[in-house]
Amino acid sequence: MNRDDFILRAEGVYKSYRMGATEVKVLKGVDLTVKSGEFVAIVGASGSGKSTLLHILGALDSPDKGVVAFDGRDLRRFSGGELNRFRNKMVGFVFQFYHLLDELNVLENVFLPVMVSRSVVGWFACRRWAKSRARELLVQLGLGERANHKPYQLSGGERQRVAIGRALMNEPRVVLADEPTGNLDSATGNGILDVFEKLNRAGQTIVMVSHDERIAQRAGRIVTLTDGRIKN
Amino acid sequence: MYKVILATRYLLKRRIAYFAVLAVAICVFIVVVVMTVLTGLVIDFKQKNHSFVGDCVVGTESLVGFAYYEDFVKILERSDFVEEISPVIKSYALVSPSWTEEGLGLEIMGLDAVRHSKATGFGKTLYYRKDDVSKAFEPIYDPNLLGCVLGIDVGHRLGSALAPERSSKGRYSYSSRLDEACVSVSCVPLTAKGVPAKAGLGLVNTRSFYYSDYSRSDIAKVDGSMVYLPFEQAQLLCGMAGPVKRVSAIHIKFKPNVRLEAGCEEVDSLWQSFKREKADEKQAYLLEKVTVQSWKEYRRAFIAAMEKEQTMMTVMFGLVGITTVFIVLVVFYMIISHKSKDIGILKSIGVSNVNIIILFSGFAFLVGLLGSGVGVFAGWLFLLKINRIEDWLFERFGFQLWDRTIYAIGDIPNQVDAKVLAVIILSAIVACLVGALVPSWQAAKQKPIETLQVTQL
Repeated sequence: MNRDDFILRAEGVYKSYRMGATEVKVLKGVDLTVKSGEFVAIVGASGSGKSTLLHILGALDSPDKGVVAFDGRDLRRFSGGELNRFRNKMVGFVFQFYHLLDELNVLENVFLPVMVSRSVVGWFACRRWAKSRARELLVQLGLGERANHKPYQLSGGERQRVAIGRALMNEPRVVLADEPTGNLDSATGNGILDVFEKLNRAGQTIVMVSHDERIAQRAGRIVTLTDGRIKN
Repeated sequence: MYKVILATRYLLKRRIAYFAVLAVAICVFIVVVVMTVLTGLVIDFKQKNHSFVGDCVVGTESLVGFAYYEDFVKILERSDFVEEISPVIKSYALVSPSWTEEGLGLEIMGLDAVRHSKATGFGKTLYYRKDDVSKAFEPIYDPNLLGCVLGIDVGHRLGSALAPERSSKGRYSYSSRLDEACVSVSCVPLTAKGVPAKAGLGLVNTRSFYYSDYSRSDIAKVDGSMVYLPFEQAQLLCGMAGPVKRVSAIHIKFKPNVRLEAGCEEVDSLWQSFKREKADEKQAYLLEKVTVQSWKEYRRAFIAAMEKEQTMMTVMFGLVGITTVFIVLVVFYMIISHKSKDIGILKSIGVSNVNIIILFSGFAFLVGLLGSGVGVFAGWLFLLKINRIEDWLFERFGFQLWDRTIYAIGDIPNQVDAKVLAVIILSAIVACLVGALVPSWQAAKQKPIETLQVTQL
């Protein structure tokens, strides 16, 4: 398989953090490839660098050394504006703690990525479509009745489904999920994993980070991050 | 669009934002009230001085005065930009009421009441002869007597029983009739060379005048020390009525469409050629000390003090503005430190650093707009009722902003100037933007992974 056939490719990725006077080497030459339509779970012990790797794959952070490529394009060559567009359109993040904006209601949280990518005029032009798509996503996620609620009025599982709706709003090529069930009870967590499985069956590429191997079993492929390196 | 929505929601849903709005509103309120009152006082004071002087003065500080004024008056009368001209005599005199031997050293001003009322606001300052200034120097009780007009506060200084009384609210109560009182005015007449004209002959010229009216210019120094006399009488008293007559000054009023500076330049140009024309005359040396001044220059000594106070207050309120910037900065630091998670979320969905700055600047703009709106409205409302409030405070607690028995100020000025308001609102918004700039910039610099970390929640 050609190296440009992968939607995401990380080669020799290194990352270290400074904690006081000590330098903590988190990633020590990670190599990872993700094909389009794959559901990959990255597992590893707490502090093994799973989230760091996910953030680097989604351009929320940059590696100290190594290459991360999206659709064959090296992310280092992206300008600031291109990186913003990449985060807005190409990837959708789902975080462990949902990270919804408290000032917006459920519907607004879901269509927020569309608003971000448009000017005021552009937003008014596509407003109806965006609202209708956001409602559609909420119905698919079982939150049709919750559109006008505020995040604090929802349960943890519902909030996570809103976060998934937001991640899917711009139809991203890849969904990056960081411990999406980590803050939920097992029944609710299973519900979220069902959603991911359904999305993946529909062709959505998903990269999920989890410390729980049982949860990772739901993915199509599991990679383990140990001592800063990937062990397939 | 999300910036507008989020900025508005941050404003409406964060209680701390109300503190920022309140801080801005209080600062704006104080600035609006103080600047309006102070600006009103300065404008009022300038208007009074303008009314007292006219547009332009050709005159000398010397008590000798200057000669050939009639020729220059004719030149001015022929010009197309001058509307009215009034020559005046100015000097000092010992004024003694008939009922006491004690006298007061006062200023005297000799003028033609009709001409001077046309060139300045003199006629409007009178009380009994306001409607017929030609009789300003004719006492009502006996028009055949020689009259004098007293500055409104001079009567009391001389001990006149029926002199208008200034109330604690700054209003004068005039008696229905004038005191049939007589004052003797004594001057030292001077020759054109500046020496006493009556050396060895008792030195002074003395003449008796009867009260014919009071003049209220609302300029404290003028109202408390000026006695107005008929022009010819003053000229005789001061020794300026010789074969070559002299005056102290010529007050000029320009036609309505003439700009002050342009008019004064024209008068100066005419004066310079007049001076050259008279260079060979016997008393031409007196013309050298004559200056042409606009009313602003002529009263600069008095107006400058007020303007200096205004400048000082503006500087002080500039400092208030800096305080506002600091308050907004602190509030925004607090708000943004609470919003670091939001910044991380927004960046994770592709919001740029610039847009983060714009979002929080928009928030600051709304704080400034709302705060200045509230402050301006409260200030306007307060100014609308400021005189009533002061009256109430005076009646209940005896408090006054100024002691009206001392200061020649009536009502507290409360005319809100739209330009001043616009500047204040704009300054408040700019202050908020400046205050929010550093926290916004720091917010924009935050890395999303730092703000979205579990440990940061």
